[in-house]
Amino acid sequence: MSQGVQVVGIYVRDQDEALAFYVDKLGFAVHTDARGGGYRWLTVQHPEQPSFQLGLFATTSPMMDAATTQALAELVAKGAMPPLVLVVDDCRAAHAQLLARGVEVTQEPVERYGSVDAGFRDPSGNGWKMIEARRSA
Amino acid sequence: MGQDPELLRRLLRAKDRMDASSHEDWPVPRLARVSGVSEAHFARSFKDAFGVPPHRYLLTRRIERATALLRETELSITDIALETGWQSLGTFGRTFRDVTGESPGELRARHRAAPGEDEHIPVCFLRAIWRPALTMAVSEKRRLAADATKGSDQTEEP
Repeated sequence: MSQGVQVVGIYVRDQDEALAFYVDKLGFAVHTDARGGGYRWLTVQHPEQPSFQLGLFATTSPMMDAATTQALAELVAKGAMPPLVLVVDDCRAAHAQLLARGVEVTQEPVERYGSVDAGFRDPSGNGWKMIEARRSA
Repeated sequence: MGQDPELLRRLLRAKDRMDASSHEDWPVPRLARVSGVSEAHFARSFKDAFGVPPHRYLLTRRIERATALLRETELSITDIALETGWQSLGTFGRTFRDVTGESPGELRARHRAAPGEDEHIPVCFLRAIWRPALTMAVSEKRRLAADATKGSDQTEEP
């Protein structure tokens, strides 16, 4: 595939903290970590999804004024950013692993309509749903 | 004027805990402890952050869960009342009607008659869409209704 979405970013309160979370706890790998002019372009990748990068962008940046920065920081901390969904093969196993790694789980695995979903947050407050891939009949 | 993001992150934790266990009792001291905020400041800070007082937020979550159980399961209305945190069927029925405008039985019958076509939205997000928007206290809603007809004034639950 040569066309498509390459990077989608989320806002994080601290890029070092976010990097540690997404790499050490979720098992993502760093794709790009570049700095320049007080800005840090940081993206990570899911190990099974080489064509997509998740950007971890700071709420504080030279491109934004103080009031915007404050508003963004508040929205992220309140969990008001858009939904994020991680598809996994086994939701219960993935959930147990996240718990063991000290991740803030917000919803225990629940089975609905033949699929299982659970919820967790990153340190900044971004909320993830983890949904078990439906086995095709 | 803004709120401290670090405080908001901790208040979010209290909200998440109510989401995860809305059938449990969530008195202010318990929520304040989850957030690491003083009891005196918790309710005000929560309302500033999320637009509704914590007990009313909990109420919307209970109604949302009850709505899901009415739609998706065959559980009796009594079982649903108990499972979603109400002490009595009467309180549940009355509050449910005050908030949603119909009784639990009516809602169930309506959805049986017209099954949903919203299967393309992940269920966990769909739930939040069904969540009632409680812009005023239930007691206030009742007062307004009582002005129109005639009725008793109840205190808000839970």
